[in-house]
Amino acid sequence: MKNKLNILISILAVFGLLLAACATPTTEAPKPTAAPAQPTAVPATKAPEPTKAPEVVKGDPYTIGAFISSTGGASSLGQPEADTVTMMAEQFNKAGGIKGPDGKMHEVVVKMYDDQSDPTKAVEAVKKIIESDKAVVIVGGTSSGASVAVNETVTKAKVPFISVASSSAIVTKADGSQHEWVFKTPQQNLPVAMVQIDWLKAKGFTKIASIGVNDAFGKDSMAAMKKAAGDANIKLVYEGTFEPKTTDFSAQITAIKAAAPEAVIVHAVPAEGAPFTVQYRDLGLKFPLVHNHGIGNQAFIDTAKVAANGVLFPIGKILVIDQLAANDPQKPVIDKYIADYKAKFNKAPSSFGGHAWDAMIMVKMALEAVGPDSAKIRDFLETKIVKFVGISGVFNIDAKDHTGIGKESLVMVQIKDGKWLYVAPADYAKVP
Amino acid sequence: MPSSEQLAQLILSGITQGSIYALIALGFVTIYNVTGVINFSQGEFAVIGAFVAITLSQKVLLWHGQMTASLEWPLPVAALIGVTTAVVIGALLYRLGIQPSRNASPLSQIVVTIGASIALRGVVLLVWGTDPYRLTPFTEGPPFEFFGAILTRQSVWVMGLTVVFVVSLFLFFKYTLIGKALRASSANPGAARLMGINPRQMGLIAFALSAGLSALAGIVVSPVTFTTFDRGLMLSLKGFVAMIMGGLTDPVGAVVGGLILGVVESLAAGLISSGYRDAFTFAILVIVLLVRLGGFIKGRKGEALERAGL
Repeated sequence: MKNKLNILISILAVFGLLLAACATPTTEAPKPTAAPAQPTAVPATKAPEPTKAPEVVKGDPYTIGAFISSTGGASSLGQPEADTVTMMAEQFNKAGGIKGPDGKMHEVVVKMYDDQSDPTKAVEAVKKIIESDKAVVIVGGTSSGASVAVNETVTKAKVPFISVASSSAIVTKADGSQHEWVFKTPQQNLPVAMVQIDWLKAKGFTKIASIGVNDAFGKDSMAAMKKAAGDANIKLVYEGTFEPKTTDFSAQITAIKAAAPEAVIVHAVPAEGAPFTVQYRDLGLKFPLVHNHGIGNQAFIDTAKVAANGVLFPIGKILVIDQLAANDPQKPVIDKYIADYKAKFNKAPSSFGGHAWDAMIMVKMALEAVGPDSAKIRDFLETKIVKFVGISGVFNIDAKDHTGIGKESLVMVQIKDGKWLYVAPADYAKVP
Repeated sequence: MPSSEQLAQLILSGITQGSIYALIALGFVTIYNVTGVINFSQGEFAVIGAFVAITLSQKVLLWHGQMTASLEWPLPVAALIGVTTAVVIGALLYRLGIQPSRNASPLSQIVVTIGASIALRGVVLLVWGTDPYRLTPFTEGPPFEFFGAILTRQSVWVMGLTVVFVVSLFLFFKYTLIGKALRASSANPGAARLMGINPRQMGLIAFALSAGLSALAGIVVSPVTFTTFDRGLMLSLKGFVAMIMGGLTDPVGAVVGGLILGVVESLAAGLISSGYRDAFTFAILVIVLLVRLGGFIKGRKGEALERAGL
């Protein structure tokens, strides 16, 4: 009997272990850099005042707060964002700082914190940014979770926050109105779904399967697809989910096969999207496979290998900018960003870094126009960001839309032999 | 209503997955019978074996992308080294963790194995990171069709190799001297000792053997379900449930338990909801523990079970 008891206890112990494992926030990658919440104040590059022009009057520095996941599960997104924020601050200061409405040149000080991909630490960082650093505007929030978590804090303190994460819940309340103090630069999931619908229409498809990862990103994207498909009279013959970090999809793929759609739309990131794609091909399904922008990352191709061939997905233009027409409005901006980033970090930037670029430029425009006043910066962001050409798209922000990117800023991309290939709208009917 | 094709597909997928649970459960039973320990680092051996094989046979980024391995050795060599690595780690676990604590209660020794599994998982995370990796399928080619269901070539490998491993394990236990010695120390440790069988040596062999078995399971299934650093915990738990279903000490029961578990999971995920896949496993565990600790298979109570007073 004693043994029986032991075994039962050990089972309980294992369950405890399992629960403990589940409770840890996402997959925590090792943290190479200790120093958790040390503000890595971007070297306040002593602006090497180009010409000691006497008319330049220096004002007090402008303080911008930033919290980004440089380590932890979201670090592959956060690293290029942190690099971009650092690079932008240096560029501003090299030019002598930001010229405020008072006519003086103000040095830019960025107080940057690493939230370690943990929403709780993100809230702590934002409190520090507001209370001790006295920043007038905040950028960052690598993951949707962290960006949503800090909403209450920035709203209470009345400090505008520009998020670089994608979920619509970051800026949109349950009733559809926008959170007053929060903006974001990455595209919404709805325009992504609209591009997918354009492709479906070009193909003449009316029956699709929609399957996504069961988290904030996947559910938001699936809801967007459901709405866009409903508007276009396209029927969802199968709707399903899979849990984050799942690697066995045979049950779902079997059900998709039975539902016999004309195309399959997947809402996931490479961690699940790549294994799904491989099993989808292994099980011999022939319906065209369409992903969303979550997989627009080299990791997807590296993991799925040949199975990635033929996959279609909409994404921001930076991925295929070298294939776009020279007269594309975003081309000069994106080309310059890529060149600057390559010169400084010796590697190509990602679309995530681009989201941070957009946020920093918006902050600069606001500071130039209204100076270090949080309320005025908020009003500027809501009313004056019109036809702003950024990396993620052309922004038209207003009180009803704190993201402001339409489907024109997205392009359809096809994966072919491990390369990203731009698909012009005129060619939709020809792919895959 | 699910069609018969759909059912056939779910059952085939379930058997593929269940084969892996069966192999892991066999490792559990072997170690438990010989040493009385339930080894919860069993699943980690599967992950380590697979990752070593993947690293040796294809291009892999290591240490946060700071190192690239592109050895591209032939698959059998890579798999062999993967299994060997797991065998060595299994032996070390016994020598450094279990043997020194042999006078402690079985519960303490189980905690040692849980600690080892957390440590091993940490090492895997450091070296290989959080990305999923996939071993190249053993043979390329189109899948087979089977009652309207698709059977991939790798699934055939998984099922075929499981049969080969299980049969050779039984032959090993039945006809080799070491196998007989292992069975002897499981049936009656005291008498086995009097006959000159060294229980420590047997424990070492049991751990090494089980680790190798798990590594093989991890390697053959990697092309189907990918390998991630944190898969070991779930594999351990599923293997453990299969072992309990089979009656704790019965190798045949463990294999059958693993297969049943795989099929039940697959059907539950396909017909009810994929979110409940794991919930079903643990519901089964609770039911078996409450209702029938001797396992689902009648009349197959192993002698060790009676010895343990269960």
